Amino acid sequence: MKARVVHIASNTFREAVRDRVLYNLIAFAVLLSGAAILVGQISIDIEKLVVINLGLTAVSLFGIVIAIFIGIGLVSKEIEKRTLYTVLSRPVRRWEFIVGKFFGLAGTLVVNTFFMAIGVFAALFYVSHKFVRADALILVALYFIVLEFLIICSLALLFSSFSSPLLSAVFAFSLFVIGSFAEDLRGFAGMTHGFTRWLVTGAAYLVPNFSAFNVIGSIAHEQPVAAQLIWHNTLYALFYATMALSGAVLIFEHRNLK
Amino acid sequence: MNAIEILGLEKSYLIGFWVKRPKRALHPLHLTVEDGEIFGFLGPNGAGKTTTLKLLMGLVFPTAGSARILGREWTDPEVKAQIGFLPEQPYFYDHLTAHELLNYYAQLSGVPGKERSRRVEAMLQRVGLPDVKGVQLRKFSKGMLQRVGIAQAILHDPKVVFFDEPMSGLDPMGRREVRDLMEQLKHEGKTVFFSTHILSDAEALCDRVAIIHKGELRGIGAVEDLTSSVQGKVEVIWKGTQVPASLKALGAECHVTGDTVRAIINENQQDAAIDALRRERLRLIAIIPVRTSLEAYFVEKLQHAETTAGRTA
Repeated sequence: MKARVVHIASNTFREAVRDRVLYNLIAFAVLLSGAAILVGQISIDIEKLVVINLGLTAVSLFGIVIAIFIGIGLVSKEIEKRTLYTVLSRPVRRWEFIVGKFFGLAGTLVVNTFFMAIGVFAALFYVSHKFVRADALILVALYFIVLEFLIICSLALLFSSFSSPLLSAVFAFSLFVIGSFAEDLRGFAGMTHGFTRWLVTGAAYLVPNFSAFNVIGSIAHEQPVAAQLIWHNTLYALFYATMALSGAVLIFEHRNLK
Repeated sequence: MNAIEILGLEKSYLIGFWVKRPKRALHPLHLTVEDGEIFGFLGPNGAGKTTTLKLLMGLVFPTAGSARILGREWTDPEVKAQIGFLPEQPYFYDHLTAHELLNYYAQLSGVPGKERSRRVEAMLQRVGLPDVKGVQLRKFSKGMLQRVGIAQAILHDPKVVFFDEPMSGLDPMGRREVRDLMEQLKHEGKTVFFSTHILSDAEALCDRVAIIHKGELRGIGAVEDLTSSVQGKVEVIWKGTQVPASLKALGAECHVTGDTVRAIINENQQDAAIDALRRERLRLIAIIPVRTSLEAYFVEKLQHAETTAGRTA
């Protein structure tokens, strides 16, 4: 059972790599090295701040685009191309397929993030010529970005399990944008009354709270991150991804593959 | 022992955008396939052959009914380890090579790691693709993909093999090879269930066939039984190009091909025909009873179904 999930995950990873997904690293490297050289010349004393902000934001955006655009096709493309037929006619349970796909995509994003992280640290070293203890905080921001990816992957898979790739992309991207303003939505809910309040509060807590994961600004200013936030975000991401993945499994378990 | 028992499997789909109404893709189907036989599932396009196979593979869920494969519920994952499936016009992960794809499927089927590589090599050899190492599947022709499809279906040494239109996309040599392979599988004691609309393939290969049309089973039986009904006519074949006048007088339908003449006459005129050939000193080659071909049986069943449907309407 565990082995089959691992095999499906590694095949998904291999598919992503051969589909030249990791080529985005070249674009990332060009962007970051260009930015590092440019800010090195035009900024005074804030080179590091700019590089951390730009680098981590690029890691996040590149990853989210990959998560959405690969994630939305993970199930629907397999149904459309009928590659799923020869997989599910074997002793593979449908949930194993979904979970394997999730780990495959998550693995791709972790590897991608790892290489991008090297790029961020290289650019940082280029502009500041040394590392200080506070730079380790970048790892926390990267960890939060990876947690964000897990949520996005699971949501993309959820939508992919019942919808077309185009609609799945729209749903996943909309949720990402709304989720990035989840704190504002919660604040807005507090200002409303009656039924509207219930409705907005429900929506505010249902969408993934991506704003809690965004610590790029504070880390760029070398402000520490509370251990409690790390725990909270970890548990929240695992809970949210598990729920979305369970939804995907539930839908997929009952789906006719026409 | 029955390898496959289909117990009233039935499938309806809901169609329509606003108002959903059921459309029956498969009427309750009852069918048994014995252990070790080659069973042909025949029908025109859209008859319900692929739906039946998808139901058996657990790719779509039945509206009613069930099935047993090798004596166990068809949904049992243990059963799936003992069956192989070739879908119609198979498509695979085109970024993989044939070796990688088969290795992946072997992993999913639980083939032990030590055996995998040897099994993959042997399978590619068996389906006539020994020299494709390093070539990604996106560069394969349709016929080569069909061969890979057959290899993945039998890779894990299944007891029952389901093929959906296995000859499609293959050239005459390829079709011959697949026919030989299916016969080999039978000799190895495996049960082969295959769907086709190419009747000559079914007639050459199958022990038994079933005919399905518009989702309903129209006939089932051993190929020999279905084609054994003699029509009271014989085919007389002799060497030469001339047709004796006395034979023409018997009302024979004659066809000259090269230096051979074939005439179809009533069975009771057989002696008169032999006498006529003897008188003309023509060399008799054979006298063969005219039997119903599988094609004739198939067409008759389909026409009967159409007539019945017309009357009901």
